Amino acid sequence: MTAKTATKSSSAVMAAVFVAALGGALLFVAGHAQSAALHDAAHDVRHATGFPCH
Amino acid sequence: MIKSMVASALIAGCAVGLLAALLHFAFVQDYILLGEEFESGARVHFENAAPATPEGAGHAHATPDAAAAPHDHGSAAAHDHGSEAEPGAVQRNALTVLFAVLIYTAYALLLAAGFGLAESFGATITARDGLLWGIGGFVTFQLAPAMGLAPELPGTIAAELGARQLWWWLTVGCTGSGLALLAYGRHWALFGLAGALLALPHVIGAPHPDQFWGVAPPEVAGAFSARVLGTALVVWALLGWVAATVWHREIRST
Repeated sequence: MTAKTATKSSSAVMAAVFVAALGGALLFVAGHAQSAALHDAAHDVRHATGFPCH
Repeated sequence: MIKSMVASALIAGCAVGLLAALLHFAFVQDYILLGEEFESGARVHFENAAPATPEGAGHAHATPDAAAAPHDHGSAAAHDHGSEAEPGAVQRNALTVLFAVLIYTAYALLLAAGFGLAESFGATITARDGLLWGIGGFVTFQLAPAMGLAPELPGTIAAELGARQLWWWLTVGCTGSGLALLAYGRHWALFGLAGALLALPHVIGAPHPDQFWGVAPPEVAGAFSARVLGTALVVWALLGWVAATVWHREIRST
């Protein structure tokens, strides 16, 4: 029982780490990556979300 | 588990991202355009944009109108820019909607990961918890970074980009983990650590340029910053609430 609970909990932690990495990567690409096309496209939102921009 | 997290993040991110875009056009976009009119070599980010004209300077004097009647001015300006000789405006605003949805979906993914982590440690995330998480997210991703790096109006000056981005991520990491320890820590030493984490980025200090020579008026920059933070608080609070509500349903149905 304890082992099963521990497994369930650790798989939940792994899932959380995976989803957090997904969110962090999306945040980086949409908010911080400096490719010119991305920067121009996201320009107004970057200013309006307080991201450091150009 | 992953499915519940991603589903709640997608639903919350899309719904709240659209609201964020709406508030952006109502309260913030005019100030960005105004800032760009002051920015020397106006709108260098958008190659097809028209150069600054005397009309642009006239628009600048319309600031009090913008402050007095943001709704009227907002919709009028949006229409003007859409119908006048600036075909890029529609595309530009469409991209703003798209990226608002993307960024709030990214935030929602991080929130869902936090929910999953908290529940794996025995906490239960209700809609009311979600509201608090949303306000915590606002402090983490908007307010704390803004303490060092105020939201930048186009036409203002800031330090080198890489250093600012590094400080931004440091601040977000420290503030987020500090708030989580404050909320869920069970030992006084953890509260001490939380305080230290919250203070650290501000003790280090954000990178600033040696001199300021921004061409946009500080009045506009100040109003812009306040509006960015005000709209972000509304959107974040709702994001937390919606994400937790969907999460609660998803997790009960699996």
